Amino acid sequence: MPIPDAVPFDQQVASHRDYLLRFARLQLRNEAWAEDAVSETLLAALTKPLSFANRSQLKTWLVGILKHKIIDTLRHHGREVCVGSGSEDEQADPLEFIAFKADGHFGESPAEWGNPEQDLSSRQFLEILEACASKLPASQGRLFLMREWLELSSEEICKELDLTATNLYVQLHRARLRLRECLEMNWFSHPRPT
Amino acid sequence: MSSYPFKRTCKEVSALLIAREDRDLPVADRMALRLHMAMCKACPRFERQVLTMRNAMKQWRQYANDAGNER
Repeated sequence: MPIPDAVPFDQQVASHRDYLLRFARLQLRNEAWAEDAVSETLLAALTKPLSFANRSQLKTWLVGILKHKIIDTLRHHGREVCVGSGSEDEQADPLEFIAFKADGHFGESPAEWGNPEQDLSSRQFLEILEACASKLPASQGRLFLMREWLELSSEEICKELDLTATNLYVQLHRARLRLRECLEMNWFSHPRPT
Repeated sequence: MSSYPFKRTCKEVSALLIAREDRDLPVADRMALRLHMAMCKACPRFERQVLTMRNAMKQWRQYANDAGNER
């Protein structure tokens, strides 16, 4: 819904705070970091007011600023970002949960998910996807979203966080397989809401 | 480890299909993957799941970045 021009810029900006916080939390997995990144984003926006034709354009601009602030935060915390808790669950290789026979072949053929374009863009599916991403162990979730939301290359992530490629790949492997499992359980093997 | 340089199990192939999302595979792995996929019924399904996830993340990115997404 377009907001009339009469609404002051600071109020227009502030109205996006919750939205920005949602993604900052998902990416940073730390309440204090997320609050800081969002505050800095709003501040940066207010010191450089631009005029936008509509609410969506303002939002896109704010998300762009937020992503930069988040990369700064991740870089600043470096090792803390990518060191796991060391719990057994987190260290597990989800490939071990898939039933393979002793000779390494699939015990049971993977389910046919199809690739239903319309389903994948539905609000319900995207909310489940986001919930699954938010349930990843923190370090895995951060690295996964650095790839998928911040769209950084693996090389860039290693450089920003001073992380070895091996460590990154192990964590992304676990994250992707966990996400696969979560989607399978909560969407693909589930009766679809219609 | 098998005696054939291009032979991979489904489990190894699954790991390669996941790894391919984040890095370029060495040429030997790429060849092994193609060979295995041509002969296996189960792994192409796993590959389709991985591709569906790739597509899903793209949709989510649009939804997250896109402007029209008001809640």
